[in-house]
Amino acid sequence: MIENKKFNTSYNYAFIDETTKKEIRRKLLKAVCIPGYQVPYSSPEMPIARGWGTGGLHVTLAIIGQSDVLKMIDQGSDASVNACNLRDFVHMTTDCATTFDTREATIIQTRHRITEEKLSDKQIMVFQVPQPEPLRRVERYEYKTRQMHAESDYAKMWLTLYEAYVKWGDVMQGAGYPVMVNGRYIMSPSPIPRWDVPNLNNSECLYLFGAGREKRLYAVPPHTKVEPLEFEDVKFHVEDFSNVKCESTGYNVAYMDEMYQDDGVTKKFYVNDSNFLDKLIEKEEVVQHSNKYIKKIKDALQ
Amino acid sequence: MAYVSVKGGADAIANAKELVEFYRLRKRTQPLEIKQIQSQFRLAIDKVMGEGSLYAPEYAALALKQMEGDVLESAFVLRAYRATLQRRYYSDIISTREMFILRKISSSFREIPGGQVLGPTRDYTQRLIDSTKYNESPEEIDQFLKEFDGKIDREKLVDVNTYNKVIDLLKAEGLLMPAEKSYDKTVKDVTLEAIKFPAPRSVTLQMLARAESGGLMALAYSSMRGFGDGHGTIGELRYGAVKVRITDTKGRKRYIGSINVTECEMITKINTTKESKIPYFAIGYGLVFGQNETKAICMSILERGIRSGKKENPSNNQEFVLYHTEGVEAMGFTNHLKLPHYVTFQSGLNNVRESVKRNQEETEDKMKVYKELAKQQQQ
Amino acid sequence: MHFNNHNSTHEWVLKVENLTKIYGEHTENTLANTGPSKGTNICPETGSIVACANISFELFPGEVLGIVGESGSGKSTIVKQLFFDLDVTMGSALLRPFKNGEVNIFEESNQKKRFMRNHLMGMVYQNPRDGLNFAFTSGGNIAEKLLMADLFHVGKIRERAAELLDKTEVPVARMDDLPAYFSGGMQQRVQISKAIANNPPLLFLDEVTSGLDVSVQARVLDLIRGLQHELGIAMIVVSHDLSVIRMLTDRTLVLKNGRIVERGLTDQILQDPQHEYTQLLVSSLL
Repeated sequence: MIENKKFNTSYNYAFIDETTKKEIRRKLLKAVCIPGYQVPYSSPEMPIARGWGTGGLHVTLAIIGQSDVLKMIDQGSDASVNACNLRDFVHMTTDCATTFDTREATIIQTRHRITEEKLSDKQIMVFQVPQPEPLRRVERYEYKTRQMHAESDYAKMWLTLYEAYVKWGDVMQGAGYPVMVNGRYIMSPSPIPRWDVPNLNNSECLYLFGAGREKRLYAVPPHTKVEPLEFEDVKFHVEDFSNVKCESTGYNVAYMDEMYQDDGVTKKFYVNDSNFLDKLIEKEEVVQHSNKYIKKIKDALQ
Repeated sequence: MAYVSVKGGADAIANAKELVEFYRLRKRTQPLEIKQIQSQFRLAIDKVMGEGSLYAPEYAALALKQMEGDVLESAFVLRAYRATLQRRYYSDIISTREMFILRKISSSFREIPGGQVLGPTRDYTQRLIDSTKYNESPEEIDQFLKEFDGKIDREKLVDVNTYNKVIDLLKAEGLLMPAEKSYDKTVKDVTLEAIKFPAPRSVTLQMLARAESGGLMALAYSSMRGFGDGHGTIGELRYGAVKVRITDTKGRKRYIGSINVTECEMITKINTTKESKIPYFAIGYGLVFGQNETKAICMSILERGIRSGKKENPSNNQEFVLYHTEGVEAMGFTNHLKLPHYVTFQSGLNNVRESVKRNQEETEDKMKVYKELAKQQQQ
Repeated sequence: MHFNNHNSTHEWVLKVENLTKIYGEHTENTLANTGPSKGTNICPETGSIVACANISFELFPGEVLGIVGESGSGKSTIVKQLFFDLDVTMGSALLRPFKNGEVNIFEESNQKKRFMRNHLMGMVYQNPRDGLNFAFTSGGNIAEKLLMADLFHVGKIRERAAELLDKTEVPVARMDDLPAYFSGGMQQRVQISKAIANNPPLLFLDEVTSGLDVSVQARVLDLIRGLQHELGIAMIVVSHDLSVIRMLTDRTLVLKNGRIVERGLTDQILQDPQHEYTQLLVSSLL
C-alpha cells in the first residue's frame, strides 16, 4: 500500500514554485514596459482546466501577498460558479482576504468584464484571456502573426473591419473588440463587451492579462492610450441599452443582463456587475468609470 | 437564474462535488485497491503516465480511481501535480540499445538480430468478448499463474537481451538519411518555456510524447490515408525496460531506476537530398511511456511528417500538429464552452439586432425586386 | 519617344546592378559554368540553378522597359526580386524615391520593404490569385492598399476604389463582389487598380496578358498603355510575347539562360536583332 506520508505533500505559498513566480513577474515587467505586446511565458499546469482561467491565476498568484484583498468575478458576478472555485483556490493557497466589494479589493481577477466602479492606482485588474492574439482571425499561424506585430503589418486586420462594414453596415465586432495600444500594438482586450473597452484608456489602475493555454502575458499600464480600431467616418460604439431599464434599480447607464422569464417571452433587464448592482440597491455612493461614451449617454438623459 | 445565482455559487460547487462522489460510491461495491488498478489496468496506467508526462504508476492508479477511469482527466491530475515538483536533475539520455526487451518486432525484415520477439500483445487474438472473465476467482488466477510458471524452461532462458537495431543495419549500408545540419543539440524543456514556431526537434518530440493518443492517431491516420507521406514501414517496434541515470553534482553517473517504454522507428519513403541523387530512407521516431504501441507508431509518423516540409497537409505542419494534439489543453478549452458567456453573447446580440434594424427597409426593397423579376420571367 | 532625353545618369528612378539569383549551393565556378554560352542555367558541378545573373540596367521616369525571353529565362525572377517576393543572392538596386536612391533597397528592413511595396511600387501578376485576395471583395482588395497608406476613412476609400475601378473599366457596381466570380480579364483589371491605388512611381507587369483570350488581351494592353500615358508611371513589362513588348515598351532587354544577351530600343531590336537568339525570337514572331 501507499504510505500516507507519500501523498501528504504541502504546496508552496500561492501554489506556484518560486522560480516560476519569478519568471512570471519578470515577464509581467516586460509586458508593462511594452504595452500591448504579448510576452511568452512557461505557463505551468494548474489544477484548474486550461481555458478556465489558468492565465489569470498565474498572474494573480505571482503578484499576490498576504496583505492583498482579492475580488474574483466571472461575467461581472462574484457568485458565478467558476469565480467561486478560483477564489477558493487562491484563498486556500495564500490565505489572503477576499471581498465582493470592488473598492476594498487590491487585486481583481476577472473573466470578460471590467467593473462599472472606477478603479484606483492602488488596484490591479487581472484578466483571464482565452485568445490573446487579435490577428488570429486574419492569420491562423502564429509564426506569421508574430512577424505581423513586429512590423506593424495591420492592413489585413483593418480590411476585415472594412469588409464587415460593406457587408453589414457596421464593424459588427461584439465582445473582444480589438484595440490599438500606445499607438503601436493591436491588442485583444479579452472578450470584455465594447461597453468596457473605453475604460482601458488612460486608466488609474494597472491592467494585466494572462492567457494560460496560449502561454502569453500582456499589460496595459496606467495612463496608457488605448483606442478601439475605428475609421474616421465609421466609429466604434458601445452597446445600446437606452430603451431598457434595470428591473431592480431603474438604472440603465451600465452593462445589462437580458433575462428571459419562464414564459419564454418576457424579458427583464438587470445591471450586470453584481457588486455595482448591490451598491445601487443599497443606495451607496459609488463612482463609476467615466468615458466619452458614458458621458454622452448621461448627457442625453438629462 | 440557472447557474449564476446571486449568491449561491459556492454552495452549488460544494454540492456538485459531493454529488459526483455519491455517484462513484452509491452501489456500495468493494473499494478498488490502488495495487489492483496498477496491475490489472496496466495499459490505462501507461496512457495516463504518457499523457500526464510523469512516470509514476502508483500516482496514475490513484488518479484513475479518483477520476472514475477517465484517462485524460487522470493525465490532467498528474500534469498538475507534476508542475509542483521541483526538478533537481535532468536524466542522461536513455539508451534503448540496452533495453531489457519484452517485445520487439520489425515489419521490414523477416528476421532481425535477436529474432522477432512477439512478447505480450493482443494483436493476433480474436476480439471476442470473454465471458470467462466475468466471474474470475482468485483460485483461477493462482491456477493460471502456477501453470504458466510450469511452462518456463529455466535452462533455456537467455540473459542477454540487447541487440543491434534495424536502423543500425541500414546505417552500416549507408542507406539512411544523413543527419540534417539544423538539428538542435540542446534540449528545450517545453514545460519551462513557451514554444515558438518553427520549434526545434526536441520540442516536437517532447510535445508528441505528451500528446493525447487519440489525437495523434487521427492526424497520423490522415497522413497514411493520403493527406501526408503515406504508408511507412516499421523498422522496429520495441517495448521493454530502460535504465535511467543522472549525473550528480560531482559528475558521477547514478542509476536511479528503470522505466518501461515503447519505441518505434518508422522507415518512411525513399528520398534524395538536394546535394546528391543517391536515394536514402528517412526515419520517423516515436518514444512513449509504458506499452502504448499505437501512440508510438503515430508519433513516429508525425515526427517524420513534420520534418518532411510539405506544409499543405495538416499532419506535416508542426504548429498544427503540436498545438492540436495537446490533449489536456484541448480538453480544458473544449469544456470551457460550458462556462457562462452571457456577457459576450449580449454584445454580439446587440450588434445583430442593430444590423437587422438597419437593413429592414433594404431587405424589403430587395424582396420587391426579386418578386418583380420572378413575375416578369413567368410572363 | 522620350527615352533619348535620359542621357544624364542622375535621372534614373531605378538602378539595378549585378542582380543575381541562384537556387542551391554554388561555388565560384557556378556563374562561369552557366549562361547562354553554355546553353544551360544549371551548374554541372553543384546542380544549383542560376535563375538570373549579373542583371544591370537603369529605368527612367515614365519609361517602359520590356524584358523578353522564353519561359525559364529568369525574367520573372528579376521583377519578383525587385518587388521583394524573392530574396536576392547578390546585387543591388537603388530606388530614387526611397532615401534619394542612395541605399541598396535589398538591405533594408522588412518594414521599409513593405513601405516601398505599398507606396513606391505596384505589381500585376500573371495569375490574379497572386495579386488579389479572393476572400475579400474587389473594393476590399483596393482598400487593403489604401489602408496600408494610412487612409482610414471608409467613404474616401470607397470613393477612391470606385474611381480606380472606373479607370480600369470594371463596373463600379461590382465593387462589393468577390473577384473569384469575375472573368479573367476583369480580375486582371482589378489587379491593375490595386497595383496603382497609391500612385506608385514604378509598376511591374509580369506576363499580365498570358492567361487571357486574344480579344481580352488587346483590351487589357490598351488599358495599360492608356494608364501609362495618363499617369506617366515607369514600368517594367515582363513577357515572352514580342507583340506585347512591341506594343508597350520603349526599351527592351533580351534574356537567355538568366543573362542579358541583347539590349536596346525596342524598335531597333525588332527591326535589326543582333544576337542569334533574338533573331530567332523575332523571326518566330513574323
